[in-house]
Amino acid sequence: IMENINAKYVSQKISKTRWRLVSHSSLQQPDIFATGSWDNEVNKISFWSIGNHGGSDTDDGFEGDPQLLCEYKHDGDVLDLQFLDQDRIVTTSSTGAVTIFRHHQNSQTISVSHRWPRAHRYPCDNAPCTGVVCSSPEIVTVGEDGKIIVFRADQEGVIRVIENADSSTIHAVTYLRTTEILTVNSIGQLKLWDFRQQSDAPSQILSLSGDRVPLHCVDRHPNQQHIVATGGQDGMLCVWDVRQGSTPFSLMEAHSAEMWEVHFHPTNPDHLFTCSEDGSLLHWETSTHSDMPSFLQGGRNNSMISRSAMAPAGGNQSLISAWLSGDSSKGRLETTHMLPSQTLSVNSLDVLGQCLVCGTDGEAIFVNRQVPV
Amino acid sequence: MMEEVDVEPAVTNIPAASDGKHLGFAWGPGDILVYETLYKASVAQGSGCSFIHEVRKDEDIYSPNLRKLFNESHHIFVGLQTIREDLPSKNKKPQFVSISKNYRSVIRACMEELQQVAVSTKDAEVATQYGNQVSILLAIELIWNLCEVLFIDAAPAGSLLLHLLDWVRLHKADVDEKAAEVLQSESPAEHHDYWDVVVSYVLQGRLEEARQMLVKQATLHPAARKMYKLMDTLLSKMPFYNPGGTQTLTEFDVKWRHWHGEVNRCLQDNSFASNQHLEIICKIIVGDEDTLLEHKELLSTWYHFLVTRLLFSHPTVKPTELHYYAQSCMTMFLDARSVPEPLDNILLAAFEFDIHQVIKECSIALNNWWFVAHLTDLLDHCKLLQSHNLHFGSNLREFLLLEYASGLFTHHSLWQLAVDYFDNCPEFGRVYLGLQIEHIPLDTERKALKVLRICEQRQMSEQVRSICKIMAMRALRNNRLGSALSWSIRAKDAAFATLISERFLQDYCTRGTFSDLDLIDNLGPAMLLSDRLTFLGKYREFHKLYGEKRFSEAAKLLLSLMTAKIAPRSFWMTLLTDALPLLEQKEVIFSADQTHELMFCLEELTSSLNHSAPGTDKPTQDEDIEQTKVELLRLALARNLAMAIIKEGTIEA
Repeated sequence: IMENINAKYVSQKISKTRWRLVSHSSLQQPDIFATGSWDNEVNKISFWSIGNHGGSDTDDGFEGDPQLLCEYKHDGDVLDLQFLDQDRIVTTSSTGAVTIFRHHQNSQTISVSHRWPRAHRYPCDNAPCTGVVCSSPEIVTVGEDGKIIVFRADQEGVIRVIENADSSTIHAVTYLRTTEILTVNSIGQLKLWDFRQQSDAPSQILSLSGDRVPLHCVDRHPNQQHIVATGGQDGMLCVWDVRQGSTPFSLMEAHSAEMWEVHFHPTNPDHLFTCSEDGSLLHWETSTHSDMPSFLQGGRNNSMISRSAMAPAGGNQSLISAWLSGDSSKGRLETTHMLPSQTLSVNSLDVLGQCLVCGTDGEAIFVNRQVPV
Repeated sequence: MMEEVDVEPAVTNIPAASDGKHLGFAWGPGDILVYETLYKASVAQGSGCSFIHEVRKDEDIYSPNLRKLFNESHHIFVGLQTIREDLPSKNKKPQFVSISKNYRSVIRACMEELQQVAVSTKDAEVATQYGNQVSILLAIELIWNLCEVLFIDAAPAGSLLLHLLDWVRLHKADVDEKAAEVLQSESPAEHHDYWDVVVSYVLQGRLEEARQMLVKQATLHPAARKMYKLMDTLLSKMPFYNPGGTQTLTEFDVKWRHWHGEVNRCLQDNSFASNQHLEIICKIIVGDEDTLLEHKELLSTWYHFLVTRLLFSHPTVKPTELHYYAQSCMTMFLDARSVPEPLDNILLAAFEFDIHQVIKECSIALNNWWFVAHLTDLLDHCKLLQSHNLHFGSNLREFLLLEYASGLFTHHSLWQLAVDYFDNCPEFGRVYLGLQIEHIPLDTERKALKVLRICEQRQMSEQVRSICKIMAMRALRNNRLGSALSWSIRAKDAAFATLISERFLQDYCTRGTFSDLDLIDNLGPAMLLSDRLTFLGKYREFHKLYGEKRFSEAAKLLLSLMTAKIAPRSFWMTLLTDALPLLEQKEVIFSADQTHELMFCLEELTSSLNHSAPGTDKPTQDEDIEQTKVELLRLALARNLAMAIIKEGTIEA
């Protein structure tokens, strides 16, 4: 696996990497990604191309460095970054600002499309905005100030603010369903919020028992929306079933330091990826469950079949997810290191199709175009 | 007594401070802060300049392009530190050579990229700046490569010359460009650079390529066919030592001398007298110094001259003899008037196997610590620096690594790299890290967590406390009690946790409700950090039990908060007031014993209050309220006691 990985040193510490979305219908591989930097005197957002134009089918998966398309100054650290649509990204900043940038692909330039300065704030200080999730045109942000704010890309003002959503820092946010979001905080809690309700209280709180280990990231299973994965300060991977119980369904030792991001593969959710402050990037694979239909079984070699079979299903609830089969400790779960040994934090990763991109504090961007999924 | 300085230190002019102003300064880890100061304290009106100037020592740290070099080499450095000490040195040598090559390839990659940027930029000033950086990197790579050949690989006689040839070929690659130009022309043999290329090939010992070029000339001059054929034979027969082969060095030497004699004879009998070019080549390969020196232009440096001279005169040169030839070649090559440049001195020191002189000269000549720190570290791993002790610090390796890492630490972004360097400085690394890590500005919690992780991994508890305290204070300032408490729990800072617990309790007393329930309800074992925090958690638990109408459990907990002295005395009245609604429930909740204990608590409280506040004549309004509360409580307690006694009596009967 490691031969397929390609490092590019970019002279800035990378805090976020995200693939530009490709249309769902096609099996096209992504070719453009965006990065955000942090802890530099001048921070930047950048767009890169891995030059797959026309879907060349070279097999070596090693077609040279990602090429910088354009970059733009970013006020403060980029703490989170998401694509709103094909041309726009939303970033959140350590200054508390939320900004929509537009990538003009014809001229390869970037402009600020809208900006909410100090969206998250204290009376005197900045309150860093730690996370964003969007489903165009809706944008939801969370911050160190414990607030949840809802914006619309097409509206000037703020749609909704939940003032005291959390007494500690909210580290990340994701959608559970279109009207429900999930947040994780620095005292090990997972909170569900239902926007249909007017109440400013979470509809459910799940937590790790006892230790209050801060949670840093959260992702939802793409097809089975009750399955949620989180990663915490101790590097543990937790899988939760939000329908039942208020404690995690399973806990797996993953990293030796903070897990910064966790992502299910969007179309092949038997695969999951995590990255950490300890400098590693892990690929997790659950073997498919034995009472699944036979066409979903088989090794990784015919994963193409299972992917196309899984993808359009979009939530076939009758399948018991391998992530909840419960005996992950008995070797049903395979983990693989995806980076050559390195010591500095892997802050962010994104995976789409067979392509994976990640960024590090060692100022490198790694791209792998042949992820075995 | 002052140490003698090696070179006059460079002068840095501080702007606006030139006209006789007085300056103060403060040392930083990698830089100096300079500010204007008033000479006489009595001069009151301050017309002084309000600027503070930062004087940087290691300016290359701030070059964005060199950041690639710093990051990539950091990775190699960390790998080198993990090579096990106890391996036999025979097994380690190939590893060290390969690490040295990795360092050099990183330098080359960085250099090539800089070169591209320098060429493509439109800004002339930037182009010059990048051009300068390229030439510095070129020099660095040249020195490193020579050190690799001489010290790390430590090639013996025979192989030594082959390595030196590779070294010269790598750094004098313009021959290939010129050759390509010649070969692409319509008639290569008539190109005006043709003979330059042939001679350059010969000077670098690239005889195969020289022969191929000569063929083109030979076909143009069929009459001279025989002469070209002779030259071709001479060139093809020149023996090269093969370190992997079975031939001994002595056997090679005999063979070489034989060939040398043959070339000499051709020269003596004027075999090439009719063609001046071939005559020159013949003189070169026989090692004629005057002919070599006539080609200074093509050799361009004294060390190329040295290697060519060794190739055609002393191919079995031993490492110990190098310094003699190096010295003489330098003297012969350079004009009597021209002064050797720093690079010349550094290379000469290397040829003299004076490692410390190499490092010292490099430290003086280069404006970065990157090179000397990494090279010295590698040489130290090769056990080449053992005998040398500094009269300051611990040893040369550590001293240079500390300098380099301190420079990194002053950089806005590169500070993270420095940590691994400090980790590998056994004597002072930890102290340096401890002192510097506290000065990193913490703009976000994420950054604080990263810094904290570094400190926690190294059991630097003092720094852990300090970082958590900074974050807790900031949270407190912004009225984020929950976050503040989390930070003090992480630092196990009991005093601060007490302070924040007090704030929570105050808030409760004024508002009548708790804020941040999600946090207080989930304290878990962290509750035990401070007495006040324990009380906060337990008190909240009481409210929860009460809210769930689990009255007897609530009552028991409330009482224990006082009897076990968990609640601060100042809070007892609040607790007793909280007991009132329980006392007034229809059914009996506090047993007779419990009621007695409550009464005892109330009396203890009122007596202590009377003792502590004696003497005021008129009771204030507050005291009136207190007094009413106490009386209400006494009444409720008495009533409850009566009911409890009746109830308990009834059950027993």
